[in-house]
Amino acid sequence: MKKMRGISLAALSTVALLALAPPVSAQGDLSVGRKMLVEDNPGELWIDQGKGLFYQKRGPNKVSLEQCDFGMGPGKLEGAAARLPRYFADTDRVEDLESRLLTCMTVLQGFDRKALIKQAIGRPRTKGSDMEALALYVTSHSNGMKVNVTLNHQKEYDAYKAGEYIFYRRSGQTDFGCVQCHGEPNKRIRLQDLVHMTSKAGAQEVASTWPAYRGAHYIVRTMQWRLNDCVWQMRLPDLKYGTDYSIALTTYLNHRGNDAVMQVPGFKR
Amino acid sequence: MKQLRRNFLKLSSGAGAIAAVAAAGLLQTGSTWAAPWNKSGFESKAVADIQKNLGVTNLIDSEDIVITAPDIAENGAIVPVAVTSKIPNTQRIIIIAENNPFPLAASFDLMDGAEGYVSTRIKMGKTSAVRVIVKADGKFYMATKEVKVTVGGCG
Amino acid sequence: MADPMRIRAKLQGDTADVRILMRHPMETGTRKTSSGVVPLHFIQSVIVQHNGKTVLDAQWSQAVSQNPFLGVRVKGAKVGDKISVTWTDNKGDKRTDEVAVAAGS
Repeated sequence: MKKMRGISLAALSTVALLALAPPVSAQGDLSVGRKMLVEDNPGELWIDQGKGLFYQKRGPNKVSLEQCDFGMGPGKLEGAAARLPRYFADTDRVEDLESRLLTCMTVLQGFDRKALIKQAIGRPRTKGSDMEALALYVTSHSNGMKVNVTLNHQKEYDAYKAGEYIFYRRSGQTDFGCVQCHGEPNKRIRLQDLVHMTSKAGAQEVASTWPAYRGAHYIVRTMQWRLNDCVWQMRLPDLKYGTDYSIALTTYLNHRGNDAVMQVPGFKR
Repeated sequence: MKQLRRNFLKLSSGAGAIAAVAAAGLLQTGSTWAAPWNKSGFESKAVADIQKNLGVTNLIDSEDIVITAPDIAENGAIVPVAVTSKIPNTQRIIIIAENNPFPLAASFDLMDGAEGYVSTRIKMGKTSAVRVIVKADGKFYMATKEVKVTVGGCG
Repeated sequence: MADPMRIRAKLQGDTADVRILMRHPMETGTRKTSSGVVPLHFIQSVIVQHNGKTVLDAQWSQAVSQNPFLGVRVKGAKVGDKISVTWTDNKGDKRTDEVAVAAGS
């Protein structure tokens, strides 16, 4: 455990902002706008885009993703995303939604994994990446269903424990960890509420609202993007897309978010 | 009058028709409806000029116009604004973000089959009053709502 | 070619609650990128029709948000009625989509 002097300037300035910000009520001042934006979410436009990509014969092998198994059997999408991450025997690892899509696009369609990863996070104000649209399309088949991430397999349990460790672990040049922003209620940076992920409700919000339309980027983003951005905010080394670090964190958060009702796309300012 | 406009737009594909309609005095109404897109209104930088260009006169404050929008917008690029006009025979709803470089954001002509209601999202460069003007039975009514625009936190 | 809209039209009483999402960049003409200023590009006109009859005729500026939303309410609607939406932008691009009014829940 680091001592107080380890607290960085970034952390201090965050604390200062948190303290000085005028009181804003997420229930009052902001809720009207949030509700209006969620009800008619431009992210819905990406569902059709993802559907087109899903059924199109693509890649060197010229096949669709209809044979992709997201854990409920090949081509079975209903409720599949609500149970991710989970262990997959064919790859002998725990995979989240995006890494499973990477597996199918590589194995079934013959795409080059590195090239896919390079394009996985789309540029703002574009149509976004194929990955982002596909992730939303697959997840939309879990809307209205409950998050149900189990830890029955040893590797699922291991991923959960690793995610928990990462969540609380402070590291890097700023000595920062997820828990500093997301371990207490009512924290925010300027106007942005920080989700209280160590509470059940906070974990449920995380588990049930991604992929989401990111208003400031005008495209749909996935959980991999969110974690990538958090890691960047903490000034840690770049998070490699689809790697165990992010799958572990997602397993930890989603399992703790169990029983939340899936509703995607979410809307994030 | 609405039906007249439809007919006019149909006719206007032929120059001869325009001449005929102009001769009939239909272009002399002072209304803006003959233009396909109100360039002068949309390019006005002052609210007063917009109102002039849209033919707005004798504005009456009205509590029968309900503006639904956030008190504080988390992202000024997507500010939801819904307008409900309870004024009978609402014909037009105009949305103006007063502090925008070009304040006139949108104008909606409602025909017989539409309720006095529209909902959309607009960009707001900074904190501003959102002014809504409703035209009903040829008269103009107004309501405003202040929307604070903040800067975001994490990028 | 422009992307399809997403239109929902649900009956509430005898009014159809119509909600339309469109994909469009709605460029203000002032945004700068590494390759220069992005030209003005925005939807100028949106027309909503109910069984072929125009019920809403909108004029927009570039201040309407990217990937625009439009909500309108159409009176005297029945399940199965046709709601069609057409937008036209300042470059002359155009898109029309249509849905049938669905029963309310």
